[in-house]
Amino acid sequence: MEQQELIPHLFRTEYRKIIAVLCKLFGFQHLRAAEDIVSETFLLASETWGLKGLPQNPTAWLYTVSKNKTLDYLKHNKIFNEKVAVELSTSNPPQADHHEVEIDLSGKNLDDSQLKMMFAICHPSIPKEAQIGLSLNILCGFGAEEIADAFLSTREATYKRLARAKEKLRIENIQIELPDATEIDSRLDTVLTTIYLLFSEGYYSTSQNTVLRKDLCVEAMRLNLMLVENEQTNLPQASALLSLMCFHTSRFEARMDQQGDLIIYEEQDESSWNRELIAKGIHYLNQASQGTKISKYHIEAAIAYWHTQKTDTHEKWESILQLYNKLLQLEYSPMAALNRTYALAKADGKEIAIVEAEKLQLSDNHLYHSLLAHLYTDLDNKKALEHLEKALPLAKTTADRKIIAGNKERLLEKQNLQ
Amino acid sequence: MKEFLLVFRRAGAGDEQQQPLSPEQIQAMMKPWQDWMGSLAAQNKLVDAGNRLEHDGKVVNPNAMVTNGPYVEIKEVIGGYTIIRANSLDEAAELSKDCPILSIGGTVEVRAIVPMD
Repeated sequence: MEQQELIPHLFRTEYRKIIAVLCKLFGFQHLRAAEDIVSETFLLASETWGLKGLPQNPTAWLYTVSKNKTLDYLKHNKIFNEKVAVELSTSNPPQADHHEVEIDLSGKNLDDSQLKMMFAICHPSIPKEAQIGLSLNILCGFGAEEIADAFLSTREATYKRLARAKEKLRIENIQIELPDATEIDSRLDTVLTTIYLLFSEGYYSTSQNTVLRKDLCVEAMRLNLMLVENEQTNLPQASALLSLMCFHTSRFEARMDQQGDLIIYEEQDESSWNRELIAKGIHYLNQASQGTKISKYHIEAAIAYWHTQKTDTHEKWESILQLYNKLLQLEYSPMAALNRTYALAKADGKEIAIVEAEKLQLSDNHLYHSLLAHLYTDLDNKKALEHLEKALPLAKTTADRKIIAGNKERLLEKQNLQ
Repeated sequence: MKEFLLVFRRAGAGDEQQQPLSPEQIQAMMKPWQDWMGSLAAQNKLVDAGNRLEHDGKVVNPNAMVTNGPYVEIKEVIGGYTIIRANSLDEAAELSKDCPILSIGGTVEVRAIVPMD
Protein backbone atom coordinates (compact mmCIF):
# COMPACT_ATOMS: atom_id res chain seq x y z
CA MET A 1 0.00 0.00 0.00
CA GLU A 2 1.29 3.46 -0.90
CA GLN A 3 1.88 5.87 1.94
CA GLN A 4 -0.86 8.27 0.86
CA GLU A 5 -3.32 5.37 1.03
CA LEU A 6 -1.80 3.78 4.11
CA ILE A 7 -2.40 6.63 6.55
CA PRO A 8 -6.13 7.07 5.80
CA HIS A 9 -6.45 3.28 5.98
CA LEU A 10 -4.67 3.09 9.34
CA PHE A 11 -6.68 6.05 10.53
CA ARG A 12 -9.86 4.12 9.77
CA THR A 13 -8.70 0.91 11.43
CA GLU A 14 -6.51 2.10 14.32
CA TYR A 15 -7.94 5.46 15.40
CA ARG A 16 -11.02 3.93 17.00
CA LYS A 17 -9.06 1.16 18.71
CA ILE A 18 -6.67 3.53 20.45
CA ILE A 19 -9.51 5.90 21.36
CA ALA A 20 -11.49 3.04 22.87
CA VAL A 21 -8.56 1.84 24.97
CA LEU A 22 -7.74 5.35 26.20
CA CYS A 23 -11.36 6.15 26.97
CA LYS A 24 -11.86 2.96 28.88
CA LEU A 25 -8.79 3.89 30.88
CA PHE A 26 -9.74 7.50 31.65
CA GLY A 27 -13.52 7.59 31.27
CA PHE A 28 -15.53 9.90 29.05
CA GLN A 29 -14.41 12.84 31.18
CA HIS A 30 -11.23 12.81 29.15
CA LEU A 31 -12.60 11.87 25.74
CA ARG A 32 -11.38 15.14 24.30
CA ALA A 33 -7.85 14.46 25.54
CA ALA A 34 -7.94 10.95 24.07
CA GLU A 35 -9.05 12.35 20.71
CA ASP A 36 -6.30 14.97 20.78
CA ILE A 37 -3.66 12.36 21.61
CA VAL A 38 -4.65 10.10 18.74
CA SER A 39 -5.05 12.97 16.28
CA GLU A 40 -1.61 14.29 17.18
CA THR A 41 -0.19 10.81 16.72
CA PHE A 42 -1.55 10.61 13.20
CA LEU A 43 -0.39 14.13 12.43
CA LEU A 44 3.10 13.18 13.52
CA ALA A 45 2.90 10.03 11.41
CA SER A 46 2.03 11.92 8.25
CA GLU A 47 4.86 14.37 8.89
CA THR A 48 7.62 11.96 9.80
CA TRP A 49 6.70 9.07 7.49
CA GLY A 50 6.80 11.44 4.56
CA LEU A 51 10.30 12.60 5.44
CA LYS A 52 11.90 9.48 6.86
CA GLY A 53 9.93 6.79 5.09
CA LEU A 54 7.62 4.21 6.56
CA PRO A 55 8.52 2.54 9.84
CA GLN A 56 8.90 -1.24 9.73
CA ASN A 57 5.63 -1.78 11.58
CA PRO A 58 3.42 1.32 11.12
CA THR A 59 0.72 0.06 13.49
CA ALA A 60 3.19 -0.62 16.28
CA TRP A 61 4.67 2.84 15.66
CA LEU A 62 1.25 4.40 16.15
CA TYR A 63 0.69 2.46 19.37
CA THR A 64 4.08 3.43 20.80
CA VAL A 65 3.72 7.10 19.94
CA SER A 66 0.18 7.34 21.30
CA LYS A 67 1.29 5.56 24.48
CA ASN A 68 4.08 8.06 25.00
CA LYS A 69 1.79 10.96 24.26
CA THR A 70 -0.69 9.61 26.79
CA LEU A 71 1.94 9.31 29.50
CA ASP A 72 2.99 12.84 28.65
CA TYR A 73 -0.55 14.07 28.94
CA LEU A 74 -1.02 12.37 32.28
CA LYS A 75 2.13 13.99 33.57
CA HIS A 76 0.82 17.42 32.68
CA ASN A 77 -2.64 16.55 33.76
CA LYS A 78 -1.22 15.63 37.13
CA ILE A 79 0.18 19.11 37.55
CA PHE A 80 -3.16 20.50 36.47
CA ASN A 81 -5.03 18.32 38.88
CA GLU A 82 -2.79 19.03 41.83
CA LYS A 83 -3.03 22.75 41.25
CA VAL A 84 -6.66 23.09 40.36
CA ALA A 85 -8.30 20.13 42.04
CA VAL A 86 -7.54 21.48 45.48
CA GLU A 87 -9.54 24.58 44.76
CA LEU A 88 -12.33 22.91 42.86
CA SER A 89 -13.65 20.16 45.07
CA THR A 90 -16.11 19.11 42.36
CA SER A 91 -13.41 18.25 39.84
CA ASN A 92 -12.92 14.64 38.89
CA PRO A 93 -9.49 13.21 39.45
CA PRO A 94 -8.36 10.87 36.66
CA GLN A 95 -9.47 7.34 37.37
CA ALA A 96 -6.08 5.82 36.86
CA ASP A 97 -3.05 6.37 38.98
CA HIS A 98 -0.71 7.78 36.39
CA HIS A 99 2.44 6.56 38.08
CA GLU A 100 1.56 2.97 37.42
CA VAL A 101 -0.71 3.42 34.45
CA GLU A 102 -0.40 0.67 31.92
CA ILE A 103 -1.72 1.33 28.47
CA ASP A 104 -2.68 -2.05 27.16
CA LEU A 105 -2.87 -2.06 23.37
CA SER A 106 -2.99 -5.84 22.99
CA GLY A 107 -5.52 -7.40 20.64
CA LYS A 108 -7.71 -8.67 23.43
CA ASN A 109 -7.98 -5.34 25.17
CA LEU A 110 -8.58 -3.57 21.85
CA ASP A 111 -11.65 -5.71 21.15
CA ASP A 112 -12.80 -5.58 24.73
CA SER A 113 -12.56 -1.78 24.86
CA GLN A 114 -14.45 -1.31 21.59
CA LEU A 115 -17.22 -3.65 22.70
CA LYS A 116 -17.66 -1.78 25.99
CA MET A 117 -17.53 1.51 24.12
CA MET A 118 -20.38 0.31 21.92
CA PHE A 119 -22.63 -0.29 24.92
CA ALA A 120 -21.57 3.00 26.51
CA ILE A 121 -22.45 5.03 23.41
CA CYS A 122 -25.76 3.19 23.10
CA HIS A 123 -26.65 4.02 26.69
CA PRO A 124 -30.39 4.77 27.08
CA SER A 125 -29.68 8.32 28.24
CA ILE A 126 -28.01 9.25 24.95
CA PRO A 127 -30.49 10.34 22.24
CA LYS A 128 -30.84 7.92 19.29
CA GLU A 129 -29.79 10.49 16.72
CA ALA A 130 -26.61 11.21 18.65
CA GLN A 131 -25.77 7.52 19.06
CA ILE A 132 -25.25 6.99 15.35
CA GLY A 133 -23.08 10.05 14.98
CA LEU A 134 -21.03 9.07 18.01
CA SER A 135 -20.68 5.50 16.78
CA LEU A 136 -19.46 6.70 13.41
CA ASN A 137 -17.07 9.13 15.00
CA ILE A 138 -15.70 7.21 17.97
CA LEU A 139 -16.19 3.58 16.93
CA CYS A 140 -15.58 3.91 13.21
CA GLY A 141 -13.15 6.80 13.05
CA PHE A 142 -15.28 8.88 10.67
CA GLY A 143 -14.64 12.60 10.67
CA ALA A 144 -17.34 15.28 10.82
CA GLU A 145 -17.02 15.82 7.08
CA GLU A 146 -17.59 12.15 6.22
CA ILE A 147 -20.52 11.93 8.63
CA ALA A 148 -21.98 15.09 7.10
CA ASP A 149 -21.58 13.55 3.66
CA ALA A 150 -23.27 10.31 4.71
CA PHE A 151 -26.20 12.12 6.34
CA LEU A 152 -26.39 14.80 3.66
CA SER A 153 -25.83 17.45 6.28
CA THR A 154 -23.33 20.28 6.60
CA ARG A 155 -19.96 19.88 8.26
CA GLU A 156 -20.72 22.63 10.79
CA ALA A 157 -24.07 21.19 11.82
CA THR A 158 -22.57 17.71 12.20
CA TYR A 159 -19.65 19.06 14.18
CA LYS A 160 -21.98 20.84 16.58
CA ARG A 161 -24.19 17.79 16.95
CA LEU A 162 -21.18 15.61 17.76
CA ALA A 163 -19.88 18.10 20.30
CA ARG A 164 -23.26 18.16 22.04
CA ALA A 165 -23.42 14.37 22.09
CA LYS A 166 -19.94 14.13 23.60
CA GLU A 167 -20.88 16.67 26.23
CA LYS A 168 -23.82 14.43 27.08
CA LEU A 169 -21.51 11.40 27.51
CA ARG A 170 -19.47 13.46 29.93
CA ILE A 171 -22.36 14.97 31.90
CA GLU A 172 -24.19 11.68 32.27
CA ASN A 173 -20.89 10.19 33.44
CA ILE A 174 -21.55 7.01 31.51
CA GLN A 175 -19.31 4.12 32.47
CA ILE A 176 -17.46 2.28 29.73
CA GLU A 177 -18.41 -1.25 30.65
CA LEU A 178 -20.68 -4.10 29.62
CA PRO A 179 -24.06 -4.08 31.37
CA ASP A 180 -25.00 -6.93 33.72
CA ALA A 181 -25.98 -10.22 32.12
CA THR A 182 -29.62 -9.53 33.01
CA GLU A 183 -29.49 -6.17 31.29
CA ILE A 184 -27.55 -7.19 28.18
CA ASP A 185 -30.64 -8.44 26.39
CA SER A 186 -32.48 -5.12 26.53
CA ARG A 187 -29.40 -2.93 26.08
CA LEU A 188 -28.37 -5.02 23.08
CA ASP A 189 -31.52 -3.82 21.29
CA THR A 190 -30.23 -0.26 21.22
CA VAL A 191 -26.80 -1.41 20.09
CA LEU A 192 -28.34 -3.44 17.26
CA THR A 193 -30.60 -0.56 16.24
CA THR A 194 -27.58 1.70 15.97
CA ILE A 195 -25.65 -0.89 13.96
CA TYR A 196 -28.63 -1.39 11.65
CA LEU A 197 -29.04 2.36 11.12
CA LEU A 198 -25.35 2.62 10.41
CA PHE A 199 -25.68 -0.13 7.84
CA SER A 200 -28.80 1.33 6.26
CA GLU A 201 -27.11 4.69 6.00
CA GLY A 202 -24.48 3.01 3.85
CA TYR A 203 -26.77 0.68 1.94
CA TYR A 204 -29.58 3.07 1.12
CA SER A 205 -27.76 6.38 1.46
CA THR A 206 -28.33 8.93 -1.25
CA SER A 207 -24.75 10.10 -0.93
CA GLN A 208 -22.90 9.85 -4.22
CA ASN A 209 -19.78 8.68 -2.46
CA THR A 210 -19.86 4.93 -3.18
CA VAL A 211 -16.63 4.13 -1.36
CA LEU A 212 -17.85 5.85 1.78
CA ARG A 213 -21.18 4.05 1.59
CA LYS A 214 -19.50 0.69 1.32
CA ASP A 215 -17.28 1.56 4.27
CA LEU A 216 -20.36 2.30 6.37
CA CYS A 217 -21.72 -1.17 5.62
CA VAL A 218 -18.41 -2.85 6.37
CA GLU A 219 -18.07 -0.95 9.65
CA ALA A 220 -21.56 -1.93 10.75
CA MET A 221 -20.80 -5.57 10.03
CA ARG A 222 -17.46 -5.35 11.83
CA LEU A 223 -19.16 -4.03 14.98
CA ASN A 224 -21.82 -6.72 14.75
CA LEU A 225 -19.20 -9.43 14.31
CA MET A 226 -17.57 -8.26 17.53
CA LEU A 227 -20.88 -8.83 19.35
CA VAL A 228 -21.25 -12.31 17.86
CA GLU A 229 -17.69 -13.26 18.77
CA ASN A 230 -18.12 -12.27 22.41
CA GLU A 231 -19.70 -14.93 24.59
CA GLN A 232 -21.80 -12.48 26.63
CA THR A 233 -23.23 -10.56 23.72
CA ASN A 234 -23.63 -13.43 21.28
CA LEU A 235 -27.43 -13.54 21.45
CA PRO A 236 -29.67 -14.84 18.61
CA GLN A 237 -30.82 -11.38 17.54
CA ALA A 238 -27.19 -10.31 17.04
CA SER A 239 -26.60 -13.26 14.69
CA ALA A 240 -29.87 -12.51 12.91
CA LEU A 241 -28.84 -8.93 12.17
CA LEU A 242 -25.43 -10.06 10.95
CA SER A 243 -27.11 -12.60 8.69
CA LEU A 244 -29.39 -9.89 7.29
CA MET A 245 -26.44 -7.65 6.52
CA CYS A 246 -24.51 -10.51 4.86
CA PHE A 247 -27.46 -11.21 2.53
CA HIS A 248 -27.87 -7.53 1.67
CA THR A 249 -24.20 -6.85 1.00
CA SER A 250 -24.02 -9.92 -1.23
CA ARG A 251 -25.79 -7.71 -3.78
CA PHE A 252 -23.83 -4.54 -3.11
CA GLU A 253 -21.88 -4.64 -6.40
CA ALA A 254 -24.75 -6.02 -8.46
CA ARG A 255 -26.98 -3.12 -7.43
CA MET A 256 -24.99 -0.52 -9.29
CA ASP A 257 -23.92 -0.12 -12.88
CA GLN A 258 -20.65 1.40 -14.14
CA GLN A 259 -22.05 4.91 -13.73
CA GLY A 260 -23.07 4.24 -10.14
CA ASP A 261 -26.76 4.17 -11.03
CA LEU A 262 -29.03 1.79 -9.15
CA ILE A 263 -30.07 -1.42 -10.89
CA ILE A 264 -33.39 -2.77 -9.71
CA TYR A 265 -33.51 -6.28 -8.30
CA GLU A 266 -35.23 -7.88 -11.32
CA GLU A 267 -32.53 -6.62 -13.64
CA GLN A 268 -29.54 -7.55 -11.53
CA ASP A 269 -26.98 -9.99 -12.84
CA GLU A 270 -27.30 -12.92 -10.48
CA SER A 271 -23.77 -14.09 -11.24
CA SER A 272 -22.34 -10.94 -9.66
CA TRP A 273 -23.98 -11.69 -6.31
CA ASN A 274 -21.38 -12.56 -3.72
CA ARG A 275 -21.86 -16.29 -2.99
CA GLU A 276 -19.46 -16.25 -0.07
CA LEU A 277 -21.52 -13.62 1.74
CA ILE A 278 -24.72 -15.52 1.00
CA ALA A 279 -23.17 -18.63 2.59
CA LYS A 280 -22.15 -16.56 5.63
CA GLY A 281 -25.67 -15.16 5.84
CA ILE A 282 -27.09 -18.68 5.94
CA HIS A 283 -24.57 -19.65 8.60
CA TYR A 284 -25.53 -16.76 10.90
CA LEU A 285 -29.23 -17.29 10.24
CA ASN A 286 -28.83 -20.89 11.44
CA GLN A 287 -27.02 -19.62 14.53
CA ALA A 288 -29.79 -17.10 15.14
CA SER A 289 -32.43 -19.82 15.12
CA GLN A 290 -31.04 -21.36 18.31
CA GLY A 291 -32.99 -19.05 20.60
CA THR A 292 -36.68 -18.93 21.43
CA LYS A 293 -37.33 -15.25 20.75
CA ILE A 294 -38.03 -14.08 17.20
CA SER A 295 -36.77 -10.56 16.61
CA LYS A 296 -37.55 -8.38 13.62
CA TYR A 297 -34.00 -9.11 12.45
CA HIS A 298 -34.85 -12.81 12.24
CA ILE A 299 -37.79 -12.04 9.98
CA GLU A 300 -35.91 -9.53 7.87
CA ALA A 301 -33.00 -11.95 7.49
CA ALA A 302 -35.41 -14.68 6.37
CA ILE A 303 -36.90 -12.30 3.78
CA ALA A 304 -33.41 -11.36 2.63
CA TYR A 305 -32.60 -15.07 2.35
CA TRP A 306 -35.52 -15.59 -0.04
CA HIS A 307 -34.25 -12.72 -2.14
CA THR A 308 -31.01 -14.59 -2.69
CA GLN A 309 -33.15 -17.07 -4.67
CA LYS A 310 -33.63 -15.29 -7.96
CA THR A 311 -36.15 -17.72 -9.45
CA ASP A 312 -39.77 -16.61 -9.07
CA THR A 313 -41.66 -19.46 -7.46
CA HIS A 314 -45.00 -19.31 -5.71
CA GLU A 315 -43.36 -20.79 -2.64
CA LYS A 316 -40.84 -17.94 -2.57
CA TRP A 317 -43.40 -15.15 -2.76
CA GLU A 318 -45.91 -16.82 -0.45
CA SER A 319 -43.12 -17.21 2.13
CA ILE A 320 -42.05 -13.60 1.71
CA LEU A 321 -45.66 -12.44 2.05
CA GLN A 322 -46.15 -14.37 5.28
CA LEU A 323 -42.85 -13.03 6.64
CA TYR A 324 -43.97 -9.47 5.91
CA ASN A 325 -47.30 -10.20 7.58
CA LYS A 326 -45.34 -11.20 10.70
CA LEU A 327 -42.88 -8.34 10.46
CA LEU A 328 -45.67 -5.76 10.24
CA GLN A 329 -47.36 -7.26 13.26
CA LEU A 330 -44.12 -6.79 15.21
CA GLU A 331 -43.44 -3.29 13.93
CA TYR A 332 -45.14 -1.10 11.35
CA SER A 333 -43.09 0.75 8.77
CA PRO A 334 -44.20 2.26 5.44
CA MET A 335 -41.40 0.36 3.65
CA ALA A 336 -42.58 -2.98 5.03
CA ALA A 337 -46.18 -2.13 4.14
CA LEU A 338 -45.20 -1.41 0.53
CA ASN A 339 -42.98 -4.48 0.28
CA ARG A 340 -45.74 -6.65 1.67
CA THR A 341 -48.07 -5.42 -1.04
CA TYR A 342 -45.48 -6.16 -3.73
CA ALA A 343 -45.10 -9.70 -2.37
CA LEU A 344 -48.89 -10.05 -2.28
CA ALA A 345 -49.04 -9.20 -5.98
CA LYS A 346 -46.41 -11.83 -6.71
CA ALA A 347 -48.13 -14.47 -4.58
CA ASP A 348 -51.84 -13.81 -5.18
CA GLY A 349 -52.02 -11.56 -8.22
CA LYS A 350 -52.01 -7.88 -9.05
CA GLU A 351 -55.78 -7.34 -8.73
CA ILE A 352 -55.81 -8.36 -5.07
CA ALA A 353 -52.69 -6.30 -4.42
CA ILE A 354 -54.20 -3.14 -5.96
CA VAL A 355 -57.12 -3.28 -3.51
CA GLU A 356 -54.67 -3.65 -0.63
CA ALA A 357 -52.28 -0.99 -1.93
CA GLU A 358 -55.03 1.60 -2.12
CA LYS A 359 -55.76 1.10 1.58
CA LEU A 360 -52.24 2.07 2.60
CA GLN A 361 -52.69 5.85 2.75
CA LEU A 362 -49.12 6.60 1.79
CA SER A 363 -49.90 8.94 -1.07
CA ASP A 364 -47.10 11.35 -0.14
CA ASN A 365 -44.53 8.58 -0.66
CA HIS A 366 -43.05 8.24 -4.15
CA LEU A 367 -42.56 4.51 -3.65
CA TYR A 368 -46.29 4.14 -3.02
CA HIS A 369 -47.05 5.60 -6.44
CA SER A 370 -44.26 3.60 -8.07
CA LEU A 371 -45.76 0.45 -6.59
CA LEU A 372 -49.25 1.29 -7.83
CA ALA A 373 -47.82 2.14 -11.24
CA HIS A 374 -46.17 -1.28 -11.29
CA LEU A 375 -49.42 -2.98 -10.27
CA TYR A 376 -51.53 -1.14 -12.84
CA THR A 377 -49.08 -1.76 -15.68
CA ASP A 378 -50.78 -4.01 -18.29
CA LEU A 379 -54.07 -3.86 -16.36
CA ASP A 380 -54.71 -0.13 -16.76
CA ASN A 381 -51.76 1.67 -18.33
CA LYS A 382 -53.44 5.04 -18.09
CA LYS A 383 -53.65 4.72 -14.31
CA ALA A 384 -50.10 3.41 -14.20
CA LEU A 385 -48.93 6.54 -16.01
CA GLU A 386 -50.87 8.77 -13.63
CA HIS A 387 -49.13 7.20 -10.67
CA LEU A 388 -45.69 7.58 -12.23
CA GLU A 389 -46.44 11.24 -12.80
CA LYS A 390 -47.41 11.59 -9.15
CA ALA A 391 -44.27 9.74 -8.07
CA LEU A 392 -41.82 11.91 -9.99
CA PRO A 393 -42.13 15.19 -8.04
CA LEU A 394 -42.23 13.25 -4.73
CA ALA A 395 -38.90 11.46 -5.33
CA LYS A 396 -36.11 12.96 -3.28
CA THR A 397 -33.01 11.74 -5.06
CA THR A 398 -31.66 11.83 -8.59
CA ALA A 399 -31.29 8.05 -8.56
CA ASP A 400 -34.99 7.61 -7.74
CA ARG A 401 -36.07 10.16 -10.33
CA LYS A 402 -33.99 8.34 -12.95
CA ILE A 403 -35.72 5.05 -12.19
CA ILE A 404 -39.18 6.61 -12.32
CA ALA A 405 -38.40 8.45 -15.55
CA GLY A 406 -37.10 5.19 -17.02
CA ASN A 407 -40.31 3.39 -16.06
CA LYS A 408 -42.37 6.18 -17.58
CA GLU A 409 -40.46 5.95 -20.84
CA ARG A 410 -40.98 2.19 -21.01
CA LEU A 411 -44.67 2.56 -20.30
CA LEU A 412 -45.09 5.16 -23.04
CA GLU A 413 -43.25 2.92 -25.50
CA LYS A 414 -45.58 0.10 -24.58
CA GLN A 415 -48.63 2.25 -25.23
CA ASN A 416 -47.29 3.31 -28.62
CA LEU A 417 -46.89 -0.32 -29.62
CA GLN A 418 -50.50 -1.06 -28.84
CA MET B 1 -57.53 7.22 16.78
CA LYS B 2 -59.39 4.93 19.12
CA GLU B 3 -58.86 1.29 19.84
CA PHE B 4 -61.49 -1.32 19.16
CA LEU B 5 -61.89 -4.88 20.31
CA LEU B 6 -62.99 -7.29 17.62
CA VAL B 7 -64.66 -10.40 18.98
CA PHE B 8 -64.94 -13.33 16.60
CA ARG B 9 -67.86 -15.70 16.99
CA ARG B 10 -68.47 -18.85 15.08
CA ALA B 11 -72.06 -19.95 14.63
CA GLY B 12 -72.93 -23.47 15.68
CA ALA B 13 -69.76 -24.04 17.65
CA GLY B 14 -71.89 -25.21 20.53
CA ASP B 15 -73.73 -27.61 18.31
CA GLU B 16 -73.00 -31.27 19.03
CA GLN B 17 -73.09 -32.06 15.32
CA GLN B 18 -70.26 -29.65 14.57
CA GLN B 19 -66.96 -31.45 14.21
CA PRO B 20 -63.90 -29.63 15.56
CA LEU B 21 -61.61 -28.39 12.81
CA SER B 22 -58.96 -30.81 11.61
CA PRO B 23 -55.29 -29.74 11.62
CA GLU B 24 -55.47 -29.56 7.80
CA GLN B 25 -58.47 -27.27 7.96
CA ILE B 26 -56.75 -25.08 10.51
CA GLN B 27 -53.67 -24.98 8.29
CA ALA B 28 -55.76 -23.95 5.30
CA MET B 29 -57.42 -21.30 7.43
CA MET B 30 -54.13 -19.78 8.51
CA LYS B 31 -53.37 -17.97 5.25
CA PRO B 32 -56.51 -15.82 5.10
CA TRP B 33 -56.08 -14.94 8.78
CA GLN B 34 -52.40 -14.11 8.39
CA ASP B 35 -53.13 -12.10 5.24
CA TRP B 36 -55.92 -10.21 6.98
CA MET B 37 -53.74 -9.43 10.01
CA GLY B 38 -50.93 -8.45 7.64
CA SER B 39 -53.31 -6.19 5.74
CA LEU B 40 -54.44 -4.43 8.94
CA ALA B 41 -50.84 -4.13 10.10
CA ALA B 42 -49.79 -2.71 6.70
CA GLN B 43 -52.39 0.04 7.21
CA ASN B 44 -50.93 0.58 10.68
CA LYS B 45 -54.32 -0.32 12.13
CA LEU B 46 -53.36 -3.41 14.10
CA VAL B 47 -52.75 -2.90 17.81
CA ASP B 48 -52.63 -6.49 18.99
CA ALA B 49 -53.12 -9.58 16.84
CA GLY B 50 -54.83 -11.10 19.86
CA ASN B 51 -55.41 -14.82 20.29
CA ARG B 52 -57.60 -17.71 19.35
CA LEU B 53 -59.57 -19.34 22.15
CA GLU B 54 -60.08 -23.02 22.79
CA HIS B 55 -63.58 -24.28 22.43
CA ASP B 56 -63.83 -25.70 25.94
CA GLY B 57 -64.42 -23.39 28.84
CA LYS B 58 -66.08 -22.96 32.17
CA VAL B 59 -68.61 -20.43 33.37
CA VAL B 60 -68.46 -19.17 36.94
CA ASN B 61 -71.85 -18.05 38.22
CA PRO B 62 -72.69 -15.57 41.03
CA ASN B 63 -73.43 -18.36 43.49
CA ALA B 64 -69.90 -19.65 42.84
CA MET B 65 -71.36 -22.48 40.84
CA VAL B 66 -69.06 -23.48 38.03
CA THR B 67 -70.52 -24.98 34.90
CA ASN B 68 -68.78 -26.44 31.89
CA GLY B 69 -69.10 -25.09 28.41
CA PRO B 70 -70.45 -25.38 25.75
CA TYR B 71 -72.86 -22.69 26.55
CA VAL B 72 -76.18 -24.15 25.54
CA GLU B 73 -77.97 -20.85 25.60
CA ILE B 74 -75.47 -19.08 23.42
CA LYS B 75 -75.56 -20.12 19.82
CA GLU B 76 -72.25 -18.53 19.01
CA VAL B 77 -69.05 -19.17 20.83
CA ILE B 78 -66.18 -16.72 21.05
CA GLY B 79 -63.36 -18.07 18.90
CA GLY B 80 -60.85 -15.29 19.36
CA TYR B 81 -60.19 -11.58 19.52
CA THR B 82 -58.03 -8.86 18.04
CA ILE B 83 -57.47 -5.21 18.87
CA ILE B 84 -57.35 -2.65 16.08
CA ARG B 85 -57.09 1.11 15.81
CA ALA B 86 -59.52 3.27 13.82
CA ASN B 87 -60.94 6.79 13.68
CA SER B 88 -64.51 5.72 14.31
CA LEU B 89 -66.75 2.78 15.05
CA ASP B 90 -67.81 2.86 11.39
CA GLU B 91 -64.24 2.61 10.17
CA ALA B 92 -63.55 -0.22 12.61
CA ALA B 93 -66.60 -2.05 11.27
CA GLU B 94 -65.44 -1.39 7.71
CA LEU B 95 -62.02 -2.87 8.52
CA SER B 96 -63.75 -5.96 9.92
CA LYS B 97 -65.53 -6.73 6.67
CA ASP B 98 -62.57 -8.70 5.36
CA CYS B 99 -62.29 -10.88 8.47
CA PRO B 100 -62.04 -14.56 7.46
CA ILE B 101 -64.52 -15.61 10.17
CA LEU B 102 -67.30 -14.15 7.98
CA SER B 103 -66.58 -16.63 5.19
CA ILE B 104 -67.35 -19.56 7.49
CA GLY B 105 -70.58 -18.06 8.79
CA GLY B 106 -69.17 -16.37 11.84
CA THR B 107 -69.59 -12.81 13.06
CA VAL B 108 -67.37 -10.00 14.25
CA GLU B 109 -68.52 -7.89 17.14
CA VAL B 110 -66.86 -4.46 17.13
CA ARG B 111 -66.58 -2.60 20.42
CA ALA B 112 -64.76 0.61 21.25
CA ILE B 113 -62.31 0.20 24.10
CA VAL B 114 -62.70 2.69 26.95
CA PRO B 115 -59.25 3.39 28.39
CA MET B 116 -58.99 2.90 32.14
CA ASP B 117 -57.47 5.94 33.77
